[in-house]
Formats: sequence, structure tokens, C-alpha cells
Amino acid sequence: MLCQLTIHEARDRLAAGEFTAVELAEAVLERIVALDNDVKAYLTLAPEEVLAQARAADERRAAGQGAFPLEGGLSGVEDTSLLGIPLAIKDVLCTRGIPTTCGSRILEDFTPPYDATAVARLKAAGAVLLGKTNTDEFTMGSSTENSAFFTTHNPWDLSRVPGGSSGGSAAAVAADECLGALGTDTGGSVRQPAAMCGVVGLKPTYGRVSRYGLIAFASSLDQVGVLTKDVTDAAILLGAIAGHDPHDSTSMDVSVPDYTVALTGDVRGVRVGVPKEYFIEGMQPEVEAAVRAAVDVLAGLGVEVQEVSLPHTDYALPVYYLIAPAEASANLARYDGVRYTMRVDDGGLNEMYKATRGRGFGPEVKRRIMLGTYALSAGYYDAYYLKAQKVRTLIKGDFDAAFEQVDVIVAPVSPTTAFRIGEKTDDPLQMYLSDVFTLSMNLAGICGLSLPCGFDTGGLPIGLQVMGPAFGEEQILRVAHAYEQSTDWHTRRPPL
Amino acid sequence: MKLSREEVQHIAELARLALGDEERALYQEQLSAILEHFEQLQELDTEAIPPTATVLPLHSVMRADEPEPPFPREDILANAPASEEGCFKVPAVLE
Repeated sequence: MLCQLTIHEARDRLAAGEFTAVELAEAVLERIVALDNDVKAYLTLAPEEVLAQARAADERRAAGQGAFPLEGGLSGVEDTSLLGIPLAIKDVLCTRGIPTTCGSRILEDFTPPYDATAVARLKAAGAVLLGKTNTDEFTMGSSTENSAFFTTHNPWDLSRVPGGSSGGSAAAVAADECLGALGTDTGGSVRQPAAMCGVVGLKPTYGRVSRYGLIAFASSLDQVGVLTKDVTDAAILLGAIAGHDPHDSTSMDVSVPDYTVALTGDVRGVRVGVPKEYFIEGMQPEVEAAVRAAVDVLAGLGVEVQEVSLPHTDYALPVYYLIAPAEASANLARYDGVRYTMRVDDGGLNEMYKATRGRGFGPEVKRRIMLGTYALSAGYYDAYYLKAQKVRTLIKGDFDAAFEQVDVIVAPVSPTTAFRIGEKTDDPLQMYLSDVFTLSMNLAGICGLSLPCGFDTGGLPIGLQVMGPAFGEEQILRVAHAYEQSTDWHTRRPPL
Repeated sequence: MKLSREEVQHIAELARLALGDEERALYQEQLSAILEHFEQLQELDTEAIPPTATVLPLHSVMRADEPEPPFPREDILANAPASEEGCFKVPAVLE
């Protein structure tokens, strides 16, 4: 089936004229129609626009033309690597003329007047955008159960969550309802659902990809990432969206390499660190076993394995859940009933603010706004927010020290495989623990990816996390690719 | 760290969130449990540690001060719940 192709397979066969972009788009749309009532990956589909984009891609190819011109002072994309490739976009990235809800009632009717830079870059590269995928409300969650609209189901077991918050994108990739997808990662929201759905998920270095048009949750942590069927596709998609953007003062002006060149298969002599703090009591034994077996596979490929220590790992959870909610409480102040579609009148202006926000936000978003407001409030700022920022320095220092000894660090992605829908909704702390191995990387601003490294006895995928220093994407992609090519986990498909 | 009912109401006021009685009770319990868990941060001596607000080595990034065409006003107001004469319309602030 065409929908099962990877991006690089489809790209080569489109170029060879084996099928058209319209035929490919139709195959993926058919797949969505057949499966998405069960998987529920998409919040919004735009079938007519999909076919129009696919026709435009075919016409461009027929005319011997490459990518579309980039606007807004952007540079970077100059090839046709995504011409006609159907991709999905997490519904927190602005898409001009297509509703963007953040999984929230408060933005249910919001239609952005512009494209996020990551989306604009994909369009310029010739990609066909299928629609918008489900997310926990404002990306706050680990299961998509916090979406105001519905919960996405894990394609490997429909009674389980796909992980989150980019659970819609991860499920869409796993179910072949797209060839690849964009997600966002503030504390693990690309890597954790990728692990739970058995796909590849890459969180780039903070500053690698523009955040312009990414609706903000925690601005010092948010980063746009990619979800794909294999590591080569992750390298291709990252190359398409990375690069400096004058519209985002936190995007770094660092040249973008061709990431696929890093995929040499040769990892001899690469120094791989295994952090002892990432194998904790209470984690699922099969997860630990699969990750340790993956380290053995890497050792067999000639890497040098050594134990490393990230001594402040235990503190990442409280640090993250003080800093991220504090930033969120400020970022979400803009949803006040004045500018963004939803308003609940209740007398005067102040009453209108409170009624709109009380009704428009869901329970987890309100919980985090409350937590963040408290951490920033008079009398508690030093004890909570400032303290958390100081410990953030220690956590970043752990990684700086470790990357003096090793080139990459490998670890589990999440302590368990996908949990049952409803299993953790009553206990926010238990839900937060599902991200305990991914939060630190966002606090340190470094890059990391998740790729499949096995299955538990219930047939649920297990993820391997490969972390690298800031702007070390080539290193982590090389190691992940070498592992992938010597195993066949990435070729397995869910029983749909 | 046990939050009182009054503290929860105070935070909700600061955050401009209307909460029902049940929500207030739930958040009082959950936020207290979360903050108690976070007390573990206090065991670290951070007296001499500088805070990290951003991981980037960037400071005061400026772009060229060149005028660009702004978004059309009607595009921005299209998402407003109420507008009038090209402006956002809000409930009266003054009597």
C-alpha cells in the first residue's frame, strides 16, 4: 500500500514517475477514512485542499520545477525533497486558513491568519499538508486524554493511550495515516508518544527550529520536532524545518547541514554513555531489558560504552513542573475573551475574563496555570520559581559534564509502555512521572530522539532514547540509524 | 505544603479563573500534594548557583528596523468575539 511508504521511499518513486502525488494523497486519505474512526488521530482534515496541493506538486514536477519560493526572510530549503509528500501537523502549529485549536475549547473556532515557520518551510519544500492532529490541551499532558475533543487511541492496542502530547501525530504515523508528521516537545511530547506508538520522534536542540507560529506553552522549553517511520525520514524532515528565522529571536543562526549525510552506518569508536540514574525502581522490567539489549547491539557495532552519571536527574520533575507552569501562566494570559473567538459574558470586564477562562480551559490547563501563578506570586517566587531555575543550572551542568566524556547518551524514553486509557487520569503526579526520562533534556536545551527497540509481552512498542549535546543532531541520527539498520523493529506494523 | 482554601481562591483570582466549589476543593488537594512532592528541591544548597532562564548564548537579539506590511486589520479582527469600528470590543470598564 502506498500509505505505508516512508518519505524517502515515496520521494524516490515519485521522482521515478511510478505514481503521482495525487495517487499518493488519495491512498493516504483512503487510509484515514478507513481507520481514523478507531484511531482518532486527526482533529481537522482538509481533503479538498489536500488534493489541490497534490495536483500543484505534480504540475511542478511535470514542469521540471523544484521547491516553491520561501517568503518572510527565510532561507534554507532549496531542493524538492518533499514535493508531493503527505504530512500531518500537530494542532498547536498555526496553519493559515485552517483551524488551529491546541486541543482547547478556548480556541475551538480560531483560524490563524498566518503559517508557523515550520509549516511554511514544509509547504515551500512541496509537502502536501493533510490536516491537524490531536494533542493534549495546549500540549499539557502525556496521553492526549487532556484534549478537549477526544482521546486518540494507540494503533497497537486501541484500549491504550498513544502517549502525548503529540499523540495524534505519533498515532497517525504508526497507523500509516500520513508519511510523517510535525509534533512539539516541551518535556517529552514528541519522544514519549513516538516510543509508545513504535515510531521515530526527534526533538531538536532548543533554537534549531523556529517557534514562530507555535502556540506557546513554555517558551524556554518548547521546540518543534518530527515524527517519522524511520531515522532517515527524521533526518530529511529535520533538514526541511531547521534554520534561522528573523521572526523568532530564539532561533539560532547556525547553518543547517544535510542530515542524511550523517547516516553512514559507521559508529565505530563513538563514545556512548549510559546514565545510571535512568534505570529506576518501579520501571517496567521489559523496558529496562530492551534498552540494555539495544546497548549491547550498539557495542557489537563498535561503539565504546561507558556508564555516566547525571546526578540531579531526580530533581528534573519538580524543576520542570515549576518552570513550565510558570511560563504557561504568563503565556496563557492572552486568552482573555477579547481576541480569540471564545467569550463568556458575566457582567463587567473582570468577570468576563474569569468566566471565559474558567469555562474555556480544561482541568489540567487550569491546574498548571494555578501552579505557575502560585510559583510566581509574591512570597513564593524565591522558594519555588527561582529555586527551580537554579536547579535547572545544575541539571544542565550534569549534561555538559557528561558530554565531555561521551558523544551520545542512551536511555529509556518512558518507564513503561503505553498505559490504558483512564489509568492515570485521576492522579496528576502519576501522569507526570511518565515523562521522568525526557524532561531533563528540555531543561538543558539539548537534542534527543526516540526510536523503536523492542516490544513487551503484550505486543506494545518500547523506545530507545538517544541524546546528544546542543546542535549534536548529526551524532544522534548516526547512532540511531546504525542501530535501526541492524534491527528490524522499525519494519513492524500495528495489527490494524 | 498545605494550601488553604483562601490561598487557592487567591491564586484563582490572580490567574483570572472562575472556579466552582468542587474544582476549588480538588485543586486545594492536588496542588498541596504536588507542592509537597516538590519540597525535595529544598534539600539542595543552591546559594552559589546562578539561575538559568534560557539555555541560549543569545542576548538582546535585534532585527533590522525596516517597516513591513502589517497583517490586514480585518484578518486579525476575524477571530475576535466582538469588534466595532476596527477595534476589539469589550464590556464597559467604567460606568
